[in-house]
Amino acid sequence: MKLKTLVLSLCSASALAFAAHAETITIATVNNGDMIRMQKLTDDFTTKNPDIELNWVTLEENVLRERVTTDIATKGGQYDVMTIGTYEVPIWAKQQWLLPLDNLGADYDAADIIPAIAGGLSVDGKLYAAPFYGESSFIMYRKDLFEKSGLTMPDAPTWDFVAEAARKIKADNPDVNGICLRGKAGWGENMAFLTAMSNSFGARWFDENWKPQFDQPEWKNTLQFYVDLMKDAGPSGASSNGFNENLALFQQGKCGMWIDATVAASFVSNPKDSTVADKVAYALAPDTGLGKRGNWLWAWSLAIPAGTQKADAAQKFVSWATSKAYLDLVASKEGWANVPPGTRTSLYNNPEYQKAAPFAKMTLDSINSADPTKPTVKPVPYVGVQFVAIPEFQGLGTTVGQLFSAALAGQSSVDDALKQAQDAATAAMTEGGYIQ
Amino acid sequence: MARAVTTQHKAVATIAAWVVAFLIFFPILYTIITSFKSETEAIAGFNLIPSGTLESYVEVQAQSNYFKFFLNSVILSVGSTILALAVAIPAAWSMAFSPTRRTKDILMWMLSTKMMPAVAVLFPIYLIFRDTGLLDSRIGLTIMLMLINLPIVVWMLYTYFREIPGEILEAARMDGASLWGEIWYVLTPMAVPGIASTMLLNIILAWNEAFWTIRLTTTEAAPLTAFISSFSSPQGLFWAKLSAASTLAIAPILIMGWFSQKQLVRGLTFGAVK
Repeated sequence: MKLKTLVLSLCSASALAFAAHAETITIATVNNGDMIRMQKLTDDFTTKNPDIELNWVTLEENVLRERVTTDIATKGGQYDVMTIGTYEVPIWAKQQWLLPLDNLGADYDAADIIPAIAGGLSVDGKLYAAPFYGESSFIMYRKDLFEKSGLTMPDAPTWDFVAEAARKIKADNPDVNGICLRGKAGWGENMAFLTAMSNSFGARWFDENWKPQFDQPEWKNTLQFYVDLMKDAGPSGASSNGFNENLALFQQGKCGMWIDATVAASFVSNPKDSTVADKVAYALAPDTGLGKRGNWLWAWSLAIPAGTQKADAAQKFVSWATSKAYLDLVASKEGWANVPPGTRTSLYNNPEYQKAAPFAKMTLDSINSADPTKPTVKPVPYVGVQFVAIPEFQGLGTTVGQLFSAALAGQSSVDDALKQAQDAATAAMTEGGYIQ
Repeated sequence: MARAVTTQHKAVATIAAWVVAFLIFFPILYTIITSFKSETEAIAGFNLIPSGTLESYVEVQAQSNYFKFFLNSVILSVGSTILALAVAIPAAWSMAFSPTRRTKDILMWMLSTKMMPAVAVLFPIYLIFRDTGLLDSRIGLTIMLMLINLPIVVWMLYTYFREIPGEILEAARMDGASLWGEIWYVLTPMAVPGIASTMLLNIILAWNEAFWTIRLTTTEAAPLTAFISSFSSPQGLFWAKLSAASTLAIAPILIMGWFSQKQLVRGLTFGAVK
């Protein structure tokens, strides 16, 4: 009895001592399906790393952005791992706010990360954030409606074809909108779509000397085309529609086409939520023959702030969450269709994934066709496909987004919106010291 | 004739009151209704008849530890209220019974701090919290909530205390009561209804405060406002889950408000009609 008590006491003491040494890392993230799934699967990580405990902070996207920016700029040290996007990484890495991810483990296989995504998360050849899931944008369309209207969607359509098809679908099906596009104001909402679209029309935010370009004909062509198309074939109240609103419309069978994030493919093809799951097909984002398509590139990624005291534990976690083994873990627990997409080349070579995700090839082709370092037809001094990777862009992008959203709603003309955008951009660039 | 007009006026006023009350309550009602819809139903458009599904509540419970956030909300709102009363009762006593030439100015200045947008002082406050180690601490947030609501608490108590005849306090003084004895044994018991309604209102204000509670916490001190905020999704439908989380977050304070509505109304209208 005494021996048993002694053994039990020793075990308890060692457990207590061990618990006392466990390191807790705090991870800030957004409430996306893939992120929530990761939280549910963290037992796998803590079993393999019993000396590390995880604290999750899930925040609304804009609050998350504000919180992590405040924390990192003031070296608050509240977070050890942050979920950030391709917009923040180049800016923060240059400020030396992020740790380079050079200790992700021997079996991490960083070379397997899709090159376009890795490029968007690297500065001077060093990876500063590991992609958790990546996306581009493409066309999701209704095969049945195209067939009914006698249309055939090419794999790589032009904007003229898309506009013609949208108007015809609307004419043939009065209850269905020919096309659903983002209209809600915001640098990450309508301006993500419109900036990517403008690239395919030959437009750019700034010339090589940071002079705003909204007074150029390319922007006029882009915005006029968008407003006319949405007026003729878009949903009513489109200036309030963002990703989620268009997702709901498409799932309810109210859109002939929807051009948006490639991750939406798993939502619209899921029969549990979508009434048109078996009628959806995919095509590349449209172009105008100038050499650039209207698709973007984005990756929700895990980064480690330079101020963390727990860098080793944080790197272990980032390595686990963005590894090939994690993709296998999700596949074994939730099926291949639920694996976070758009990060690793090997996933797209996996026959099981290709079978479970019919949109896999088109997603990869879309991601590969976006180049954040050369996003436009004409040369630009900035990085970023659907954004300009400068600190001023969040505010300026939202201001311009409000102007363009007002033009879509009919509250101002396209010419007025562009003139005001040019004025706002000129003021912001002058204030920022980019131009005199 | 005059009687008929009065009855008509009363009926109109009653109907108007019900309409206004319904308009004010409707957003809460619609949030509760939406919480019993599926995500697709929730975003489909205006609909007052939910399918009655509980899937959002199940999902919300599975994703977050509600009781941890709830406990923090209770600690922060009750703690900040007790602290605010401890500071405000002597302050209001002083202003009500020993006013100086500057009392009105001080009261107005206190109120004017409520007119400043909170975001204007976000960075200084954040840095103070960082340097004093108060980030994500219940103590820090309790102090913050106390300071935010202190002007309203002082104003309410001041209004109450002004209604109490000063002669009663003078009599206590003549009977040899000390300063604290006067406040504690004479003033406080007489002002219990006013203090109670101030306390209730302050608890509600602290419970609903979202700007600072979201920005100064991460995990340990995060209250129900942070719990609600975590259910908004940039890519994926979330209205039903957000509504379920909101319903769970407001339920305790709604129930408390329901049971204490008489005291609350009295507190808010005290001194309004003389």
